[in-house]
Amino acid sequence: MTDVSNAPSPADNAEDTVWVQEVAFIDSVPRWIAMTFVFLVFIGTWQFVTSFGLVSPIILPTPAETLKDMIFVGQNLLTGGYMLTALWITILEVIYGFALAIAIGFTLGVLVGETAFGEKAVMPYLVAIDTMPKVAFAPLFVAWLGFGIESKVALAAFIATFPIVVGTAAGLHAADENARMLFKTMGASRMQTLIKMKLPTGLPQIFTGLKIGAVGVMAGAITGEFLGGGKGFGELIRVAASQLNTPRVFSLILYLSLVGLALYLLVQFAQRKIVFWHKERVGSYDG
Amino acid sequence: MNTELVENEVGAPLGAPVYELSRVSKTYARNLVVALEGVNLTLRKGSFTSVIGSSGCGKSTLLKIMAGLIPPSQGRVVLQGKPVTGPRRDIGMMFQQATLFPWKTAVENIVLPIEIRDGKAAAKAAMEKAYELLDIVGLKGFENVYPNELSGGMAQRASICRMLITEPAVLLLDEPFSALDELSRDMMNMELQRICTEQDATAFLVTHSIQEAVILSDEIVVMKPRPGRVAEVVKVDLPRPRTLEMMTTPEFGEIVEYIRGQLDKGEDM
Repeated sequence: MTDVSNAPSPADNAEDTVWVQEVAFIDSVPRWIAMTFVFLVFIGTWQFVTSFGLVSPIILPTPAETLKDMIFVGQNLLTGGYMLTALWITILEVIYGFALAIAIGFTLGVLVGETAFGEKAVMPYLVAIDTMPKVAFAPLFVAWLGFGIESKVALAAFIATFPIVVGTAAGLHAADENARMLFKTMGASRMQTLIKMKLPTGLPQIFTGLKIGAVGVMAGAITGEFLGGGKGFGELIRVAASQLNTPRVFSLILYLSLVGLALYLLVQFAQRKIVFWHKERVGSYDG
Repeated sequence: MNTELVENEVGAPLGAPVYELSRVSKTYARNLVVALEGVNLTLRKGSFTSVIGSSGCGKSTLLKIMAGLIPPSQGRVVLQGKPVTGPRRDIGMMFQQATLFPWKTAVENIVLPIEIRDGKAAAKAAMEKAYELLDIVGLKGFENVYPNELSGGMAQRASICRMLITEPAVLLLDEPFSALDELSRDMMNMELQRICTEQDATAFLVTHSIQEAVILSDEIVVMKPRPGRVAEVVKVDLPRPRTLEMMTTPEFGEIVEYIRGQLDKGEDM
């Protein structure tokens, strides 16, 4: 056995081998400072371009003008003005569209992911439709469903359905061979295998589909309003743009993106609550 | 009780036959490959049998047939007097991966076989037994922990409990610890021996490791490929309980060498 007692080794009097490891500058900067920096550069460039008259104010208003309009729009929204009514219509379209997309997307996803028939016969059509520019269907939806909220809901749902189908189908294939064999040896029925194993295993992929769908549903609703009129937020944007009221367009887009962000965060929140196990290992024991 | 019985015959315990295979063959229709040919095998109550052989010798096919996952092309497969025609409650199985489900706690994972077969209420009633089993495998205190907080060895302990919860008549072990590091593997093998002895379990192990087979088994089935068949059944008459120290004894080394020789012969073809 090697002696590991505290006998002084010859190197005890020598200098310690301590040296400074190089750290990249950006690693020492907190994220919020880095983000603020980029934001300031952006605003600075914007201010520079506008104040030296490099771009016409109709094309690009100054930051100050835009901020002023944002405050105006914000006041209108908070005081329950006509813009809030419009925003509420768009929010409804998004909610209905998303709900519809989840219902149809999940059902189709299970059909395609679980049955051989779905995979063989239905999936090719879904892929074919998915490669089409779905926005091009907007006039059709207007012709079928009119200028009301229905045609926007339909387009929003149409766009958001596909990522949910793909996410669900992929999720159902996520279970590994061991888990499948285990369920077989336990004598599990097909339904039990689906509900107790395949679906929970696939939840991370399903939620990925939902997140992509949440982004698409917003785009679908606004596109529907651009192309099919109505009384939503998209219509406000279209009108402001046609009046060359660029600051208004900017501030409307900003508030709209807040709605999109809220929906995305909502899905993410649900994911963290439901798929609680799917995260980095925080700590682990060793046996 | 074991010791006296062992004394009577040549090493192997004299339990009643639990699992009997005779003339079992399997030909895969797809490519007409003969995976198994004329396998005869008897597992006696309380015995530990290992099967060893190079890849393609049909050992995983054999295991799948014994688990009721695939049917044989010929021959009889009889567990506790009844032909095996599908997965059964009295067959317990364990895989290379622990395959615990991360949305269930350790106990919930363990009672899963009960939940699948008898429903939620029965699973709840079996909780008590799951706690006892966790205690037996040394996981007391980890009952309500989620699998991602368990180490590889702990996860395999939990999966042993899941296998035992239905009180199976035979344990089918498919290289259960091969994914663990060597130190944990040795320790888990000793644990496995202890648990099998305590439960008087009949175990059937598929492994790549000759040492593992020798240290655990009463009988080692040496298989050879093309077509997959039993070349020889080697009895291991090292005394029980086995310890890791036995792995350094000459007797142990002799058996390992002998089996290695048998396996190499098969490779020449």
